Amino acid sequence: MQASDRFNINSQLEHLQAKYVGTGHADLNRFEWAVNIQRDSYASYIGHYPLLAYFAIAENESIGRERYNFMQKMLLPCGLPPEREDD
Amino acid sequence: MYLYSLTLQRPTGIISAINGNFSGGKTQEIVVARGKVLDLLRPDENGKIQTVLSVEIFGVIRSLAQFRLTGAQKDYIVVGSDSGRIVILEYNKEKNVFDKIHQETFGKSGCRRIVPGQYLAIDPKGRACMIGACEKQKLVYVLNRDTAARLTISSPLEAHKSHTIVYSICGVDCGFDNPIFAAIELDYSEADQDSTGLAASEAQKHLTFYELDLGLNHVSRKWSEQVDNGANMLVTVPGGGDGPSGVLVCAENFVIYKNQGHPDVRAVIPRRVDLPAERGVLIVSAAMHKQKSMFFFLLQTEYGDIFKVTLEHDNDRVTELKIKYFDTIPVTSSMCVLKSGFLFAASEFGNHSLYQFKAIGDDDDIESSSATLMETEEGFQPVFFQPRRLKNLVRIDQVESLMPIMDMKVLNLFEEETSQIFTLCGRGPRSSLRILRPGLAISEMAVSELPGVPSAVWTVKKNINDEFDAYIVVSFANATLVLSIGETVEEVNDSGFLDTTPSLAVSLIGDDSLMQVHPNGIRHIREDGRINEWRTPGKRTIVKVGSNRLQVVIALSGGELIYFEVDMTGQLMEVEKHEMSGDIACLDIAPVPEGRQRSRFLAVGSYDNTIRILSLDPDDCMQILSVQSVSSTPESLLFLEVQASIGGEDGADHPASLFLNAGLRTGVLFRTVVDMVTGQLSDSRSRFLGLRAPKLFSIIVRGKRAMLCLSSRPWLGYIHQGHFLLTPLSYETLEYAASFSSDQCAEGVVAVAGEALRVFTIERLGETFNETVIPLRYTPRKFVLQPKRKLLVIIEGDQGAFPAEEREAAKKECFEASGMGENGNGNMEMENGGEDEDRDDPLSDEHYGYPKAESDRWVSCIRVLDPKTSSTTCLLELQDNEAAFSICTVNFHDKEYGTLLAVGTAKGLQFFPKRSLTAGFIHIYRFLEDGKSLELLHKTQVEGVPLALCQFQGRLLAGIGPVLRLYDLGKKRLLRKCENKLFPNTIVSIQTYRDRIFVGDIQESFHYCKYRRDENQLYIFADDCVPRWLTASYHVDFDTMAGADKFGNIYFVRLPQDVSDEIEEDPTGGRIKWEQGKLNGAPNKVEEIVQFHVGDVATCLQKASLIPGGGECMIYGTVMGSLGALLAFTSRDDVDFFSHLEMHMRQEHPPLCGRDHMGYRSAYFPVKDVIDGDLCEQFPTLPLDLQRKIADELDRTPGEILKKLEEIRNKII
Repeated sequence: MQASDRFNINSQLEHLQAKYVGTGHADLNRFEWAVNIQRDSYASYIGHYPLLAYFAIAENESIGRERYNFMQKMLLPCGLPPEREDD
Repeated sequence: MYLYSLTLQRPTGIISAINGNFSGGKTQEIVVARGKVLDLLRPDENGKIQTVLSVEIFGVIRSLAQFRLTGAQKDYIVVGSDSGRIVILEYNKEKNVFDKIHQETFGKSGCRRIVPGQYLAIDPKGRACMIGACEKQKLVYVLNRDTAARLTISSPLEAHKSHTIVYSICGVDCGFDNPIFAAIELDYSEADQDSTGLAASEAQKHLTFYELDLGLNHVSRKWSEQVDNGANMLVTVPGGGDGPSGVLVCAENFVIYKNQGHPDVRAVIPRRVDLPAERGVLIVSAAMHKQKSMFFFLLQTEYGDIFKVTLEHDNDRVTELKIKYFDTIPVTSSMCVLKSGFLFAASEFGNHSLYQFKAIGDDDDIESSSATLMETEEGFQPVFFQPRRLKNLVRIDQVESLMPIMDMKVLNLFEEETSQIFTLCGRGPRSSLRILRPGLAISEMAVSELPGVPSAVWTVKKNINDEFDAYIVVSFANATLVLSIGETVEEVNDSGFLDTTPSLAVSLIGDDSLMQVHPNGIRHIREDGRINEWRTPGKRTIVKVGSNRLQVVIALSGGELIYFEVDMTGQLMEVEKHEMSGDIACLDIAPVPEGRQRSRFLAVGSYDNTIRILSLDPDDCMQILSVQSVSSTPESLLFLEVQASIGGEDGADHPASLFLNAGLRTGVLFRTVVDMVTGQLSDSRSRFLGLRAPKLFSIIVRGKRAMLCLSSRPWLGYIHQGHFLLTPLSYETLEYAASFSSDQCAEGVVAVAGEALRVFTIERLGETFNETVIPLRYTPRKFVLQPKRKLLVIIEGDQGAFPAEEREAAKKECFEASGMGENGNGNMEMENGGEDEDRDDPLSDEHYGYPKAESDRWVSCIRVLDPKTSSTTCLLELQDNEAAFSICTVNFHDKEYGTLLAVGTAKGLQFFPKRSLTAGFIHIYRFLEDGKSLELLHKTQVEGVPLALCQFQGRLLAGIGPVLRLYDLGKKRLLRKCENKLFPNTIVSIQTYRDRIFVGDIQESFHYCKYRRDENQLYIFADDCVPRWLTASYHVDFDTMAGADKFGNIYFVRLPQDVSDEIEEDPTGGRIKWEQGKLNGAPNKVEEIVQFHVGDVATCLQKASLIPGGGECMIYGTVMGSLGALLAFTSRDDVDFFSHLEMHMRQEHPPLCGRDHMGYRSAYFPVKDVIDGDLCEQFPTLPLDLQRKIADELDRTPGEILKKLEEIRNKII
């Protein structure tokens, strides 16, 4: 890589996208954006124990079960992805 | 407005607990994370859990792990937090602190998806540590020792895998081969691309082994294999000669043993008989116990049942996996098996417990095994069991936990000096109403009536070397009673004390003789029974006495002081006389310092409002050393010596010092430092204790001298973890007290009050509140006060539970089936929790939880409770799947019924897949029998869940979904009068003031509304521009609201003054403007004036005062069971001082777990105008030179800073 390339905005963006999951790009669609937001939210719920406890009280489940449910939801947080237009 | 934030009660819930030998040696200790607080606990020899150290870390602790380097004697603590750093702590026994050994930054701060900190795993041999995130990132650190045997940590090695969700990680025990870590992973990359859903349905969890090659310093994926899709947790299996190695994979309904190159060994987790078929069984916590010859696991399910898991193995081939029912205890977040035979269970909600093992489950019990696993067409054959009473465990201690606080009110229902805090705590069958009182709890050992009203009491030993007291001496107006302490306490006449006169002082003098001072003289009783009497000259009488072991000073009426000393032969010799200018109000001699012959200081308080320090040294005897004038007459004096400390468990590092305490007539305790050489007084502090002049007594607490102050209520001044604390005792007014030590009670207090003699001990030192617990039936939601009768009306409700009758029927059936009698336990008994619960009721719900029902079933009740008698006077169980969510008292303007109760309910409420309900209702109840019982007037159907109700101008305001509606009372139902449908989501709170209505939305913060009676119109004139997910709200003043959001922030918003004036002056009340609006919102916006991240979801807010005559502060209660206060500063100087102190503390004393303090307090929104008192209060824990440095920067002395901190704390509690 040449020195000038490193300061190229595109390569910087690519670097960010590779390093940080969820960094957006120009062609991001609504679904991908929503999936990212949802996964971030679930990760935050799992990380903040008081919030997890708050949900557990609301649903009358144990905190361990609530954490597991949130982890499971990270697989398909917004349902199935839409069909690709170009396919 | 600037606020000072102070935590009153640290979080009581526990998120994670680990055990080990953190101080080195053999003692078993437990480290618990309570969200933002890290505690070190230790069970003492009586099996009581003691908190040794508690540190606020200003960050979020997410995971904890302990490790030990090979051959070491001591465990280290690894903390995974939101700081983006890995922190390794060591407990320093000498200083009683956690020392930060290493802090390595690896990523951004915050609880993020791909920043490690969520999971921690340790190589069982302590050679490496893995820290993982929910997704993608896993880092491995190599731990080692340098030549000086210090712990070293390597730079991180990456074990990342993108598009992968991680469920759990753990270390694999493979002896001294390369360390291996196991992880449950799920790859989602294909599921995200495939619109047919095929990839998602085929997505498979994998168990992956990561090997750390210590030679190459590299981590590689060693092995990956499919694992049950319900897998959620991994448990390390001992290896390297102790066992077969590998891991236990806990999955929904199964436990599977897995290892590389080993076939799966699978067994089902037994199910409770009454569990609905669609529910799985998930393991939520695990503990492993390893001895030389065997090991086993304890796994706890989400319903609280513990199973003992054992592996049959032949070297490293596992032949059978057995899961045997062990016992049932409340669901835990962590379990710790201590080597000393205890099980510490950190409950996820409610009190934590310490159990002792009676057995390790070797008896026959229901067992499932991999050998008998049956696979049928519908899947694996389940194994059923019925929970039973504890067989293997016995509970020996409980640690109180308020988690979660659902609602709170500060009220003074008992007409005590200070308000009580009523909190609704807990969940499901473990719910309770807890009445908190600031102060220490005492436990009364004995109360005995005396023949008359005693004026004073003392205890004396017969010999200085005795361990226990010999006599209790009680003085009456004209007599003295001597009681001897033995097996029993009984009156004796052979003690040598003169019993026909009142006494002024009784004490041990010299090594083995007793002294009784009475108005006419001093009686000196030698050990052999000889009695020496010293008589007062003329008709003068002794009025006051001060003495220590070797010195006695008496004050005669008229103001003459006579000083005696005990000489070499044990005789009491008169040394000096001194005439004071007037009568003497009180006097005290400091205790004899260690290794000296006499104390140098005598303090004399006189009626001219002065305290003088006189010398008792032979060369300047009775010289006045210093004079201190005080605001009113001192009535009692006490020297309190604080011994030098170099730290250790009970104290910070401090030199010896001497304090003079004076109880003034106005009820103020005045405290100053006495220079130990010159006798000069400095650094004076005063504190109002009560309505009577405090009488001061020296007692022994935890082997150290402490001070008991008896004002209109008793207070205890003592040193706890290096701080001097002055705390009220929750006990009645006492007249006179003395410390008491006997065979049965090592450290007690004997006191007189009224006609009774009382012996009590002081419990749970260091706690701010003591609590009275009243059990409830279901998760409490809200409560209101019935103001006239001072009764509390509580609504409780639980989702997914059976109604009481069905539960009873099922229970009966189950007992009949198992042939046990039901012991006549009725419906009401199931909530009578307490100690005898597990004995009386073989299946107490409090212990075993309610049987689970389908998630669309609700149970709920409305309870009227008399807090004075802690009895329920009325309990209405709601029928037909209805549950109560809101409550208020309302006086309709026609006044036909007086105060009515409105309860908002929902029928058939479901949250998944979408929020839906059959119907919502507003019930109107009438109070009968002096408010003790309720009668339904009528119920009105509404279209949504009424989550907020409030009285407004003789009508009822209800928030039903996004609609705010005004109702009037009709004969058959409520009548709609007016409504506004323009609220964004769901109304969760309504508060009113004059014609303003403050509405809180579940996602969109506050909306300020107005009601125009003439046009019958409700309209929003101002709202907030920040989306706040409200959990609590409180109306502060005409323009100001305080709120708390779901993410742990507390904030205040205020309508700008000019806007407020404009609206009040506008004849249309801003209505014209409202009709225009701004960007779909209200025309005016409120301004945020205060913002603070508490780090815990606050569920209730109230403005109240916790000290008599004190200013009000905002009190909040949180989900994690903590209470805090926000106090408004009254002077600009204080704001300057504390903000500078906070700034210096941030720089000089960054938080323990590596989070930036400012960043933490600004986690969601920048902190605004709040000073963190918890950080400021860590000032005394700093090393002395650092304290001095900060003090210099602030142009003050460390003492002045401590005084400031103490002053502001005393304004709050």
